[in-house]
Amino acid sequence: MLLEGWGRYPQLNSEVLTPATPDQLNELVRGRAGLIARGNGRAYGDAAIGARSSLSAVKLDRMRGFDPQTHVLTAEAGVLLSDILDTFVPRGFFVPVVPGTKYVTLGGMIASDVHGKNHHRDGGFGAFLQSLKLVLPNGEVWNCSPHENPDVFYATIGGMGLTGVIAEASIKLKPIETAYIRQATTVAPDLASALKALDDADEATYSVAWIDCLAGGALLGRSLIYAGEHASRAEVEEARVNGELLAKAKASRLSVPLDLPSWTLNKASVKAFNEVYFRKGSRKGDAPAVVHYNPYFFPLDGVSQWNRIYGVRGFLQHQCVVPPNNAHAVLSEILERFARSGRASFLAVLKKLGKANGLMSFPMPGYTLALDVQVRDDIFALLDEIDELVTRAGGRLYLAKDARQSPATFQAGYPGLAEFQEIRRRLGVEGKIASKLSERLGI
Amino acid sequence: MSTAQKTLLLIGATSDIGHATAQAFAGAGWTILLAARNPEGAQRNRDDIAARSGAEVSTHRLDVLDTEGFEGFIDGLPALPDAVVCVVGEMGDQQQAQGDLAHAAKVIRTNFEGPALLLGALAERFLRRGHGTIVGVSSVAGDRGRGSNYVYGAAKAGFTAFLSGLRNRLAPTGVQVITVKPGFVRTRMTEGMKLPPLLTAEPGEVGAAILAAVSSQKGDVLYVRKLWRPVMMAIGAIPEPIFKKLRL
Ligand SMILES: Cc1cc2nc3c(=O)[nH]c(=O)nc-3n(C[C@H](O)[C@H](O)[C@H](O)COP(=O)(O)OP(=O)(O)OC[C@H]3O[C@@H](n4cnc5c(N)ncnc54)[C@H](O)[C@@H]3O)c2cc1C
Ligand SMILES: NC(=O)c1ccc[n+]([C@@H]2O[C@H](COP(=O)([O-])OP(=O)(O)OC[C@H]3O[C@@H](n4cnc5c(N)ncnc54)[C@H](OP(=O)(O)O)[C@@H]3O)[C@@H](O)[C@H]2O)c1
Repeated sequence: MLLEGWGRYPQLNSEVLTPATPDQLNELVRGRAGLIARGNGRAYGDAAIGARSSLSAVKLDRMRGFDPQTHVLTAEAGVLLSDILDTFVPRGFFVPVVPGTKYVTLGGMIASDVHGKNHHRDGGFGAFLQSLKLVLPNGEVWNCSPHENPDVFYATIGGMGLTGVIAEASIKLKPIETAYIRQATTVAPDLASALKALDDADEATYSVAWIDCLAGGALLGRSLIYAGEHASRAEVEEARVNGELLAKAKASRLSVPLDLPSWTLNKASVKAFNEVYFRKGSRKGDAPAVVHYNPYFFPLDGVSQWNRIYGVRGFLQHQCVVPPNNAHAVLSEILERFARSGRASFLAVLKKLGKANGLMSFPMPGYTLALDVQVRDDIFALLDEIDELVTRAGGRLYLAKDARQSPATFQAGYPGLAEFQEIRRRLGVEGKIASKLSERLGI
Repeated sequence: MSTAQKTLLLIGATSDIGHATAQAFAGAGWTILLAARNPEGAQRNRDDIAARSGAEVSTHRLDVLDTEGFEGFIDGLPALPDAVVCVVGEMGDQQQAQGDLAHAAKVIRTNFEGPALLLGALAERFLRRGHGTIVGVSSVAGDRGRGSNYVYGAAKAGFTAFLSGLRNRLAPTGVQVITVKPGFVRTRMTEGMKLPPLLTAEPGEVGAAILAAVSSQKGDVLYVRKLWRPVMMAIGAIPEPIFKKLRL
């Protein structure tokens, strides 16, 4: 059947296999060629589309055990982050790294070594991973951890499913007093101030900046910076929040019914940005707000299927990371080119990243910038030019968002590739475990 | 008696509805006994429930076609449960059942004979003790036989009648009997079928509805999506000369 990622581009043919039990998973993987694991399909491009078949983990959604002493949760790879949060927030635990959507699977979070708003301080999802079980086409099941088969463990973290199928994994949860985040918002009038504000927020647990891409000239990079901490019981009580201290997320009802033109989202988001920007800008030293974790971390999840907003041809997300040394110059140039093209989203996300956890993980110390771009015939050349800037700066692109980068850009950005290929050879997965992404990039 | 000490026996632990039901009870602090014929599947669900809730959950082997083993099965449980929910069932293949008597018999025995005899045996124990709640998951398919699934429907009709009679007999006692007619539920039984959204429940809704009915000790016949009650009344009101000509 035709499969697509969150960006709905590209749409490619791949047979979908959906094991209902761990035993069926082993049977379906054995002896197969051209297979890739698929989680909840939130990678934007072709990472979760199998060269021939795609093995959906969505029914492998059982938890295996939770140890209240060590806070370690073991679960099958198809368990959703939303499910873990709904189950464990009321028990006083949070997931130590969360991406911008909660509709991702445990396996997907490992395979992309997802980063959250705390990457600068805590590292990626892989930093909290205790162990995993990897199923191989030769019928073997490998237990991997920092102590057992460590090279395979670190190749699987951020390995985009290309070392085998993760059947289950153990992750250490983080104790919390409340389900709330104490959020402080500051404004930055230009890119230099935005980068500095992120540096100043090094000690904050969570930090992220939203850039207004319509502002140019002296205002280029005008941003809102959101810093956040898990709120204590006392802080939540003082803020007189309604409801339970450890309240789980409310179900959302909004959904995008049709393929809407993209300006609807763009206009609404820019309007909201400007409102906050001018309010915050005029009142220095606003008291931090106490907000529930769900809108804080997952604002876009409030509208299901918002990816339809970009229309039937779909969209791309361009997410790069560049090292700190001349980040300012490179990011300015990138923002300017996008602005000049008039093809990108009106808002971009800027975030500071720390060390990589896995051999092929996306993060590296530096700054990451992400924007959405509607698919049009004239967009690809522009993106190639921007990739060139990223490569020259010593940066790279996030494979979980990618649908179009060239093999050369990829190879320049991922120095761990040779060792990764060596490990794939040793596991006997070459040609057996393959996605449309790995075929496109020559992995 | 506080919920902390209450025990649920769930018969059919590998069913999607059953798992969601056990999950709901465990979340409310019940101790759970899971019965199933497939030990690996039961163990997988046991671990899931225990990890999520921290509840005490054990597994017990049972095939509802093995009626001779029922008394021994009940004796072998760690304790006589406070409530039992039976979700065992099998839709079968109507076309096959028309010519293959063994298949038809299996559908009838799985949906009617096994569950009815087992719940009947538990009812006697509950009666002797003086209290207990019995929940049988039947189906709207038993409300009126239709050409497309009347073997299954007839078995469910038998089960519904059995529960109705049991409830009638035990009404003056401390034993409560609840019949659940879930309507359409998105589970592996209905996988791949096109189901009307308003009439289709998620397994979790069924579990929550059963927990609510058992905890409040109210409810005799439970339709999960309320719309099913008028729908089934309307279907029941169609005169037979017309009904028999409909392709249902
Ligand atoms: C709105 C939105 C916001 C996002 N925000 C962030 C963010 O802040 N930070 C971030 O890092 N990412 C972010 N992402 C990307 C997303 O977190 C990743 O793409 C994630 O991998 C998706 O998980 P999934 O379960 O949907 O996996 P899929 O998209 O189905 O698969 C992603 C990759 O994981 C592999 N995979 C999945 N399951 C397994 C398994 N069981 N075994 C082996 N490999 C497997 C696939 O082969 C594929 O390569 C965002 C995505 C969206 C849509
Ligand atoms: N889904 C619906 O739309 C719907 C609608 C109305 C009523 N129902 C009823 O709801 C109940 C649960 O169904 P479901 O949707 O959750 O489907 P399901 O997942 O297929 O559940 C059926 C269960 O019955 C078990 N079972 C079958 N034969 C058995 C036997 N001889 N001994 C022990 N267990 C046996 C199965 O065990 P195995 O795993 O070992 O096969 C399975 O756990 C059924 O009674 C069904 O008729 C369902």
